[in-house]
Amino acid sequence: MARIKGEPIISVHGLKTSFGDHVIHENLDLEVRRGEILGVVGGSGTGKSVLMRTIIGLQIPDAGEIRVFGEPTIGREETEAIEIRKRWGVLFQGGALFSTLTVAENVEVPLREFYPKLDQNLLDQIAAYKVVMSGLPADAGPKFPAELSGGMKKRAGLARALALDPELLFLDEPTAGLDPISAAAFDELTSSLQKTLGLTVFLITHDLDTLYAICDRVAVLADKRVIGVGTIPELLAMDHPWIQEYFNGPRGRAATATLERDRAREQAGTKD
Amino acid sequence: MSAMADFSEEQGAGTLRFSGSLTLACIGDLDDRLRAWPGEVKALDLSGIEHIDTVGAWLVHRFADTHGARVEGLDPDSAHLLEQVGNADQPVSVRPEYTNSFSRVVGEIGTAVVESGRTLYGLLGFLGGTTIAFATVIRHPSRFRFNATVHRFEVVGVSALGIIGLMSFLIGIVIAQQGAVQLRQFGAEVLTINLIGRITLRELGVLMTAIMVAGRSGSAFAAQLGTMKLTEEIDAMRTIGVSPMEALVVPRTLATIVLMPLLGFYSSLIAIIGGGLLCWASLHIPPVTFIERIREVVPITDLYVGLVKAPVFGAIIGIAGCFQGMQVESDAEQVGLRTTAAVVQAIFLVIVLDAFFAVFFTWIGWI
Repeated sequence: MARIKGEPIISVHGLKTSFGDHVIHENLDLEVRRGEILGVVGGSGTGKSVLMRTIIGLQIPDAGEIRVFGEPTIGREETEAIEIRKRWGVLFQGGALFSTLTVAENVEVPLREFYPKLDQNLLDQIAAYKVVMSGLPADAGPKFPAELSGGMKKRAGLARALALDPELLFLDEPTAGLDPISAAAFDELTSSLQKTLGLTVFLITHDLDTLYAICDRVAVLADKRVIGVGTIPELLAMDHPWIQEYFNGPRGRAATATLERDRAREQAGTKD
Repeated sequence: MSAMADFSEEQGAGTLRFSGSLTLACIGDLDDRLRAWPGEVKALDLSGIEHIDTVGAWLVHRFADTHGARVEGLDPDSAHLLEQVGNADQPVSVRPEYTNSFSRVVGEIGTAVVESGRTLYGLLGFLGGTTIAFATVIRHPSRFRFNATVHRFEVVGVSALGIIGLMSFLIGIVIAQQGAVQLRQFGAEVLTINLIGRITLRELGVLMTAIMVAGRSGSAFAAQLGTMKLTEEIDAMRTIGVSPMEALVVPRTLATIVLMPLLGFYSSLIAIIGGGLLCWASLHIPPVTFIERIREVVPITDLYVGLVKAPVFGAIIGIAGCFQGMQVESDAEQVGLRTTAAVVQAIFLVIVLDAFFAVFFTWIGWI
């Protein structure tokens, strides 16, 4: 399995989606490269989640082409689609844990589904280390989702998304609703897992700090399409009013200032 | 496709040389073979592998850990992965521990008893709360929600006419048909009319309507209030100074109390019409004769029996539905559970009370 860094892992071309008369995306193009964390931002209702759902095949687009791992995902036979699904993991907004199963059993579900021959003993061990790797305490394994806090549900959802050791990870607003400390910890976890496992991450977020902290590139959704993709300085050089307002608004400036302060502190630290 | 994960022993050196792809998809029987490995191992050589993921790293980590072996030949990225997986090696149980089944059954019975006691107590309290809310609304008529109440009347009553009519019509036909077949053996087919007239007005009309209303409206009340509780609508009402008992519970309960007698009477009439049609078709009793016989054999007290019971059943259905809805907390799953509980409790209480009513009416001589 050749894994060249930088080759496109998701490519969306000329995508059009609509609900009835309401057009969400029109002529949308996007490329996600292997090994990067791509942040997807956009105002409420610009269809960030819809774009993710379209890429993973939960939403059928009206027109356009989507390739994941170089293979088209639209209109595939179920048996072929499963081969692609094995290679990605998805974290939904609320965690979407199966409420009748414990956290560890939730992690086992995709393993059991795709690799039915795995030994129960090994399954339990895999679930155990995945739970710990996702930053959950060891006693969270036998708990039911209803007993977990919002942040823990997201971590448990992440453990399940990572169950199959995917190459590609979709995260839908992973830090929404978390306190700043948990959100920062989640960012760090995402970034460290991405480095350890060599993941490509498609990350939908509203969180400017997340964008600055861990995203390699950022895609901006507006006017029914992706109006710009690039690093934050590259985006800042663009003249689109929404981008300017987003990154140069009070919150955007605050996030930049924090980042610069952190960098300055780091440099000062190395000089000592 | 990548090669399956495999390993072989280097002669005499105590080193296991791994090859292939140590990934979930290619793991095969590696786990079993590693666990069954009998010999001494000093080192694991991973320089020949194509790729490694966390599952492969886990197997290597576990084997190295139990045999006290060194791991060699990994590139920095994979070594980092192995280290991370090793750090995650903590005892985690997958399922909650189960106690033995005897004590579990005893525990469950105990919980169920306590729970039903608590529900009954809560229901009684809620009945009190509803009564107070009704009293307040009567004292301050301006606080009566006229529009909400009219809307409930439509949903509970008018929209239910079709389904209750159809059900009653079919029940009337079934009673008439079964009665005719059985009574024919004694040559007393004509008594079928007594059967239809009396049973529908006294019992079945109201009882079947109560079951239908509990299923249609009681469940809807529980689901609506439960969802409103989840979305904090009810808390918002309280902070604005609107009493949810007056704004939500009173209109709903009033709707079931007022409409149950009307729907019950309607149901009885339709059932009698259904029975009459069957008598006409299969016993050749013309409608005029049927109606005359009904007037002769059905005492007016039968109608009273039905109409006295109906508002009580309505109150039970409304209160049980609203009570269960208000009990929802924290969890969307609870809405489903509470809705089921509302219907089961309402129907159960209706049937229990129906038995009491039967004894009572016999005792006062309305037979």
